[in-house]
Amino acid sequence: MGREVKRITCIVCPNGCEIEVVLESGRVVEVRGAGCRRGVEYAIEEATSPKRIVMSVVKCIDGDLPTVSVKTSRPVPKERIWDVMKVLSEVEARAPVEVGQVLVRNVLGLGIDVVATRRCRKVS
Amino acid sequence: MGRLRVAIVGAGIVGCAIARELSRYENLDVVVIEREPDVGWGATKANTGIVHPGHEEDPDQHPLRARLCVEGNRLWREWARELDIPIKFPGELMLFFSEEERKRAQRFVELAKRNGVPEVRIVDGEELRVLEPAASPRAIGAVWAPTAGVVNPIQAAIAMIENAVDNGARLLVETEVKRVRVESGKVVGVETSRGFIEADIVINAAGINADEISASAGIDTFRIWPRKGQYVVFDRLAQPKPTRVLHTVPTPITKGVYAVTTTEGNLMIGPTAEDLPPDRKRDTSTTREGVEYVLREGSKLLERIPPRRLVIKTFAGLRPEPTTRDFVVEAYQKPWGLINAAGTRSPGLTAAPAIAKLVAKLIAEELGVELVEKRGWRRFRRGIERVRDAPWPKLVELVKRDPMYGWIICRDEMVSAAEVIEAVKRIQRIGARVTLDGVRFRTWLGMGRCQGSFCRVATAMLLSKVLGVKPFEITLRGKGSEYAVGDVKALWRERLGERRT
Amino acid sequence: MVSAAPERIDVDVLVIGGGPAGLAAAARCAKLGLSTMIVEVGDRLGGIPLQCVHPGFGIHYFGEDLTGTEFIERLIDRVEELGVPYLTRAYVTELIYLDVDRKLARVLAPGRAIEIEAKAIIYAAGARERHVYEINIVGDRPSGIYTAGEAQAMMDLYGLMPGRKVLIVGSGDVGLIMARRFALEGAEVVGVVEIMPWPGGLTRNVVQCLQDFGIPLLLSHAVIAVKGRERVEAAIVAEVDKNLKPVPGTEREIPCDTIVIAAGLVPNTELLERLGVAMDPATAGPRVNELLETSVPGVFAAGNALAINDLVDNVAEQGELAAEGARIFIENSGIPTARWIPVARGKGIRLVVPQLVSGERRVKLLARVSKPFRRACVEIRELGIRTCRPRLMPAEMVSIEISPGSIPRDVEKLTLEVVEHG
Repeated sequence: MGREVKRITCIVCPNGCEIEVVLESGRVVEVRGAGCRRGVEYAIEEATSPKRIVMSVVKCIDGDLPTVSVKTSRPVPKERIWDVMKVLSEVEARAPVEVGQVLVRNVLGLGIDVVATRRCRKVS
Repeated sequence: MGRLRVAIVGAGIVGCAIARELSRYENLDVVVIEREPDVGWGATKANTGIVHPGHEEDPDQHPLRARLCVEGNRLWREWARELDIPIKFPGELMLFFSEEERKRAQRFVELAKRNGVPEVRIVDGEELRVLEPAASPRAIGAVWAPTAGVVNPIQAAIAMIENAVDNGARLLVETEVKRVRVESGKVVGVETSRGFIEADIVINAAGINADEISASAGIDTFRIWPRKGQYVVFDRLAQPKPTRVLHTVPTPITKGVYAVTTTEGNLMIGPTAEDLPPDRKRDTSTTREGVEYVLREGSKLLERIPPRRLVIKTFAGLRPEPTTRDFVVEAYQKPWGLINAAGTRSPGLTAAPAIAKLVAKLIAEELGVELVEKRGWRRFRRGIERVRDAPWPKLVELVKRDPMYGWIICRDEMVSAAEVIEAVKRIQRIGARVTLDGVRFRTWLGMGRCQGSFCRVATAMLLSKVLGVKPFEITLRGKGSEYAVGDVKALWRERLGERRT
Repeated sequence: MVSAAPERIDVDVLVIGGGPAGLAAAARCAKLGLSTMIVEVGDRLGGIPLQCVHPGFGIHYFGEDLTGTEFIERLIDRVEELGVPYLTRAYVTELIYLDVDRKLARVLAPGRAIEIEAKAIIYAAGARERHVYEINIVGDRPSGIYTAGEAQAMMDLYGLMPGRKVLIVGSGDVGLIMARRFALEGAEVVGVVEIMPWPGGLTRNVVQCLQDFGIPLLLSHAVIAVKGRERVEAAIVAEVDKNLKPVPGTEREIPCDTIVIAAGLVPNTELLERLGVAMDPATAGPRVNELLETSVPGVFAAGNALAINDLVDNVAEQGELAAEGARIFIENSGIPTARWIPVARGKGIRLVVPQLVSGERRVKLLARVSKPFRRACVEIRELGIRTCRPRLMPAEMVSIEISPGSIPRDVEKLTLEVVEHG
């Protein structure tokens, strides 16, 4: 594995610096173009192990709305986003659901839960 | 002769008017056959909505148009009252801007005299501005025709078919007539996308396709080509809103552009007049050039035009232009039983009730059928009670009567759940398919400044509940126009399903 | 038959709209000891954040990064704990100004027709979206055209998938976020079309909503027409010139079955317009003073009904400010002030709220610039007060504070403008 340059648009502040992270065999050897320390940290994280909170909705049975909104309790490695969505496509919650209620525990063994972000009240 | 089976091809304003008129008679069994899922979806829903006085029709060139327009104008007053159709008669001002135009305009005063159109006269600039303060100050005068009206044309077609069905007529939707079948010189029925329908009399009110229907029965005397008309509609709060119908002096090429305040209270400007080749009978697309043209012409008519950002809708319709120039309303001995009600370009809307009366007369006089009046024929039909049009004490009463009147679905046009539910019932009663467009045209839901961005999903959910179907099966206007492609996980399930198999 | 009589309710403050501005206003009114009622037209309290499943809400207001749904559930909890009465599916048909201390709202709700008399009104009815006809898109009118908010409600409230192959019109945050939502739920997002030469939304969203999913962003492009009979089949897209006019010859067809219009919001002001409130063409909302009172005494406006905000935190703050205004108004039968000084828009400023200040109270002006600037300040010319940023973007409002007593007596108007340096 050789030298690799990853281009990252910084999102830490509205400046939007274009940062280059130089990797050698997967290890960061240089960070160019960052305007501040936080930018450097962000760029390294983005270049080596980018993560995202995944948010979506899942079906809610007997609820005042047919869906309940959800998110992952912590950011998920970017390459696992699709796997999380796959799991969510088959999840069904049952009303009542409260905000923060865990709907999928330890999704994909990542040590991260999927929690409700909206109430779903039961209707008879 | 016993009961005669009458098949009307096309449920536009002309077909619906004929159905209503023929539903008076005991010995006629009327069925209206329509290609679309609901009535009035051709030129009927996309025109200027004017009930013309009849002073623009030259009786030498097209006598039928002249006669039926004047008669239709009179009949509309009666029919609108009986059928509770949104209509008003504010009169019309044909503005002229030069002495040359004044000379051309003078001709319409003379035509009015010949056609028997009452009270048409030239007014000077001063009187013009009294009659219409919103008129352009550049206009030096106008032809004033006080009998001109403005109608909601699609609601008129709906009212007529409701009344016809109430009186025993039937409607078949999503059924396309392919051809008229003739045997031994007599009409025996129509071949449709859903099979053969027997009929003793076939009335061709197929609008843009009337030439093909007629030709299939052996009457190949005219062709119809589509003439596109584009329109812009402004927000209900946009000013100015002229009280009168305003338009320019027609030239031999174009009938001119109108500025009207619709029965729903919006300023509407149009149409363009674009002749399309005969193979573009479904091209109702709008164009930038068309919209610009209409706005430019409108700004000539009005003292000022509202800003572009207050345009809430642009649309286009296709008028059926016949090679005969005149309407083709006639019965034939060969094939016996065919009646054309074709070539119904402008003023086809105005003439519709008169065309219906003429068709009844042709059945009696040309086909020799003695028409027997139905006992207990219902002359009246009531429209849907509207929250928007009701004063507060009336609203209090409506809500007490039906709680759903208190649940407003469309915020702009103040349409309640009760009106939506009533519209659904009425669509089902006439035998049409329930669609979002059908509900819109009956309730005016989603026709305001947000164009349905709030209420369409709420309406789809309500319809799904009322009809007992999935919300994504609700369509805008029939098969292929589903509101959604499935539930929110449908695409993921498709993907996973693909992988598994 | 005896004619039916409407129900009758009297309150100090009627809050129209149960979204973030209205809920924050109602909660503050209740804390201030004012009897308050909320009327909300939707099925539930919450307004638009109820359908915003993405984060970015509440960083200032709650000190936490919440999803729109979490944010609004907290505000709903607060209102419910305070016992503020509310009506849902309730619609104000008419607002009538009786006199300075009395306004009448005629309200419909399922099975109910109510006359609500209030001393003050807080109008927080949110915004509506610009739709396909407003942005000069022509052509066919098939199924498959949605506004972003409609598509969002379909997916995230009602669980419906609008389409498979999606083109987004507008690269504001709403458009970007919807691009990601569609991609996450398995749709193919063929592009985001932006008429301006720069993206309308935050860089963060360009990265996380488009770059993450490989969605192309077409800057300086416009959708000019739609093709399709029953369902959308394609969008006709063209490049635009400096005047935002399509360049002839650059038209091309992008196949898709869904077009999502995310071309911006407009304050929802119909009731205010009918009441005769003075409007500001720059915000398309009402002109207000520093307590967010409109030109009609005792009628206040907050949130997106006042001006389109980019942060829900500001919206909630405006709700609270309007509540303070209502309290002062009710106590004094008017807002006591020696004079109102107009705030004018100078160079580079697209809009500013409030439009009138007294100089007697602390005021936070919120302004939006008309185009991006690098290393620039927003300055009040007459006072020399400025807020500077390395980058000023139309997507992000700038706030600038005026302290009490800082406006000299001879100053008759304030001018907000962009000053570039370097």
